[in-house]
Amino acid sequence: MSKLGLPPVITRAPSRLRRGPRNAEQMFPGSSGKSRFGNLFGKMPWLTKLCFLWLILVVLAAALADLIPGLADPNYQGFVFGDGKTNEGPTASHWLGTDNVSRDILARLIYGARVSLIFAFSLAAIGIIVGGTLGSIAGYFRGLLETFLMALVDTWLSFPALIGLVFITTMLGMRNLVVLVLVGAVFIWPSYTRIARATALSVSGQAFVTAARAIGTSRKRILVREIFPNVLPALLAYSLVGLPILIILESTLSFLGLGVEIPTASWGGMINQARQDLLINIWPAVWPAVTLFMTVYSFNNLADWVRTQAAARSAAI
Amino acid sequence: MAVSEEPTYTSTSSESMGGSEILRVEDLHTSFFLPIGELQAVRGVSFSLKRGRSLGIVGESGSGKSVLARSIMCLNLGSNVKTSGSAFFDGRDLLSLSRREMRRLWGTEIAMIFQDPMTSLNPMVKIGRQVIEHLRQHKNVNRREAKQTALDLLNEVRIPEAESRIDRLPHELSGGMRQRVSIASALACEPSLLFADEPTTALDVTVQHQILNLLSREQRQRNMTMVMVTHDLGVIAGRTDDTLVMYAGKVVEQASTDEIFEKTQHPYTEALMRSIPRTTHASHTPLAAITGRPPVATHLPAGCAFSPRCPYVQPKCHEEDPPLVSIGTSGHKSACWYPVGSDANREAFERNLSDRLPQTLAVAESLDADQSSGIPAGLPDGGIA
Amino acid sequence: MSKMLAIRLMRLVVTVIVVSFVTFVGTNVLPGDPVNALIPIDAQQDREFVEQIREEWGLNDPMVVRYGRWLGDAVQGDLGRSLVTGQPVTDEITHRLPITFELMAVAVGFSLLIAVPLGAFTGYREGRRSDRLISGLAQAGLSLPVFVTGLILIYVFALRLHWFPAVGWNRLSDGLGPNLKSVALPALSLAITEIAVYTRVLRSDMIATLKENYILSARAKGLTDRFILFRHGLRPSLLTLVTVVGLNIGFLIGGSLVIEYLFAIPGLGKRLFSAIQQRDFMMVQAITVLITVFYVIVNTATDLVYMVVDPRIRRTN
Repeated sequence: MSKLGLPPVITRAPSRLRRGPRNAEQMFPGSSGKSRFGNLFGKMPWLTKLCFLWLILVVLAAALADLIPGLADPNYQGFVFGDGKTNEGPTASHWLGTDNVSRDILARLIYGARVSLIFAFSLAAIGIIVGGTLGSIAGYFRGLLETFLMALVDTWLSFPALIGLVFITTMLGMRNLVVLVLVGAVFIWPSYTRIARATALSVSGQAFVTAARAIGTSRKRILVREIFPNVLPALLAYSLVGLPILIILESTLSFLGLGVEIPTASWGGMINQARQDLLINIWPAVWPAVTLFMTVYSFNNLADWVRTQAAARSAAI
Repeated sequence: MAVSEEPTYTSTSSESMGGSEILRVEDLHTSFFLPIGELQAVRGVSFSLKRGRSLGIVGESGSGKSVLARSIMCLNLGSNVKTSGSAFFDGRDLLSLSRREMRRLWGTEIAMIFQDPMTSLNPMVKIGRQVIEHLRQHKNVNRREAKQTALDLLNEVRIPEAESRIDRLPHELSGGMRQRVSIASALACEPSLLFADEPTTALDVTVQHQILNLLSREQRQRNMTMVMVTHDLGVIAGRTDDTLVMYAGKVVEQASTDEIFEKTQHPYTEALMRSIPRTTHASHTPLAAITGRPPVATHLPAGCAFSPRCPYVQPKCHEEDPPLVSIGTSGHKSACWYPVGSDANREAFERNLSDRLPQTLAVAESLDADQSSGIPAGLPDGGIA
Repeated sequence: MSKMLAIRLMRLVVTVIVVSFVTFVGTNVLPGDPVNALIPIDAQQDREFVEQIREEWGLNDPMVVRYGRWLGDAVQGDLGRSLVTGQPVTDEITHRLPITFELMAVAVGFSLLIAVPLGAFTGYREGRRSDRLISGLAQAGLSLPVFVTGLILIYVFALRLHWFPAVGWNRLSDGLGPNLKSVALPALSLAITEIAVYTRVLRSDMIATLKENYILSARAKGLTDRFILFRHGLRPSLLTLVTVVGLNIGFLIGGSLVIEYLFAIPGLGKRLFSAIQQRDFMMVQAITVLITVFYVIVNTATDLVYMVVDPRIRRTN
């Protein structure tokens, strides 16, 4: 505290990312010297722990699908070659059985995870980069640009994304994962932009920004060094909430037959294919539905936990 | 902390009502269990109060005075709060009553006025309704009778043009008017005990005076018992019969209000008095604020809780917590090893001064200022009132 | 008040023009020729015939001219003719609109009926067992994609129990009973997600409201908990819910497209879906614009409801 009784001038952004806590002790005072991750994981309720482990399992399986020994080819139709049956129950070679064209369900689940996760994570990344940049600029520079951009965002958001996606993917005719992500990007940026702009607006009113300006930092530098790093946590938090929604979106598109082109495996596509034969064999629909639910639920549960943690910490400070 | 068996107040001051005991609090403890640990907000408070008298509870924010008032009223809601001890109201222990029994007392026998009238009135409900709903909850009256009573009450608390204001929303009234509405609502069912929790803190200085006078007048006219919680000694000076000074969840001094001002015993009370602005001071005289901060209730210092900030602090203070003991025969009690005015106190002060203890130096500085303006230390001249 | 409505009206007009123009451009820029919708592939060998048709439908004019012509007609209430059936688009829309509208209205109404008491109750019992149970269920409900909910309901209540029809639609004119039977499962599928969302929103607002001082002072007056909860707690907590209901209409429109596809309901969503696949651009254009108008109107209505809920806003206007 200075002699004048004024609060100390804050000249540095309190960004956790730029000057993040060095160790667990700083982040969670009173904790032991265990690693930060061990600490975080230890604090989770058991259900959140399970969710977290499930997500790790899904991510690993999707990433290493090609390396899993003994995993069947997801597109191999055994009955065509005379060495498999359709609608088979669990066997030693097909742990979860086969679907109505005798493909291995487990393999399709794992390769389907790949589609879901790549779609969701890529779109979140695009949202953060594009929306974060546009929103930060709009929120910090203000002016006509902001008015125009935000009017555009509002208009954009008043159009249901799913219908737009259905429209464009149908029109395009070809639908590989890259195309799907690019089409999704058309609809993902406005919401991120809106959040980034609101955060940038509040950040730019704070003392450390004024301080940076007072010592003659250029506006561009302030934007890059002070505004954006402080907008980022808000966007990351939003992404965590957004990931399950994106996974649902991808599976819904696939369910409508507008996701990745068949025969590429996807959870929504598997459910769509299995739904004709629900009364004959329900399992080809149950497995992807359960996997989809568990993954989305895990993301939601984890996001809720992170939110309560953040709220508790800001309340404690 | 010792539990006093004898009545705590043998009044020596002003009009003696000589009434029966209406409230007796015994060894009251309240703790909040937070993620960072147990927060002991109230640590063994005992006092008693006679019908028709008024008591001021004084302390800094965080001293536990508001929590004490709410604990007595059983209004510390939340699953992480634990209250022990007892609070006898008319012979019944409030702390052991069921919620349903308590609800019958709330508003009818015991009422409370809160600090900020902006937040203690529902911003979306017309002010008239907020008085009426109270009446209709407890009294068997129809809508029209309730409205008439509400109007009478609003007139009584001197809200001009009550007839037209009764249908206003809280934000359409000024702060003082809103607090008058709160008072009218609290008085609606003629409670015998009224808690006023910092009733004027959120108000303008000029309005504070009016509200305090209104409260005093109502208290006298209705022969109501009143507990006034405040951080400002100036608010209770000349208004309440008795005073209880709290620090870090404990009572550090209790006496009749006159005696507290005349024969201050505890260094903390003395410090509080020094922080009252005086009208006789030159306008730029620095206020003698109390050095340091109130302790964090999860990490209390060993010994006397005030020791880290006390200008008379001695090694003994860090080791042993002084008990609340009677001084003289007038019911004056204080918890200090080196009470103000004693020889030991003067010696301690000299010793600390020569050790150049910061809080002692600060006090010496303000004493110099007082002497130069010719006013003896420790005596307020009416405070802000 | 009237100023707000004027601004809203202006925004509605701008939004409709922008969205219809973008859709129009989209149909022209993206691959897919409307001629495919007009003439069967084998007839397209006849170049002269194709040219004649193009001329007849005005497909050879510049895009802007065609858009201007469409907009001029649309203002007069003529949305053109379907490229596939040749019927006026407006006829088909007025025929199908009530179905979709009923579906959504029942879904939202039912959701609110369940979610408002649930949200208020869980907020009141925060942290207790009943709250943890209901909040956990809400989290799970949030993680169920609409088509999965729909499939589960179809499997259990239509295929197994035979209580409701699995597919199809009975209009209100076919009698109230059959109509309700056909609306039950689709509306419930949509409602599960909405109930989860609404409950969570109201719960968190309720928790915040119940911490307000006026709740404490109401309690100190000896009012009953139920009175405090509904008289003092509910109204201030409804504001966010009102906004969320408005914003969620977008999701609901997308959801009803999926549900109409799944339950084979002849509503607008299903028609839009098939129109996109048939490259019936007139129909796509009309339905898209209709959806946008609907969305903006709902959000304006949301603001009006806001005023009803919050008397402070009403008074200052």
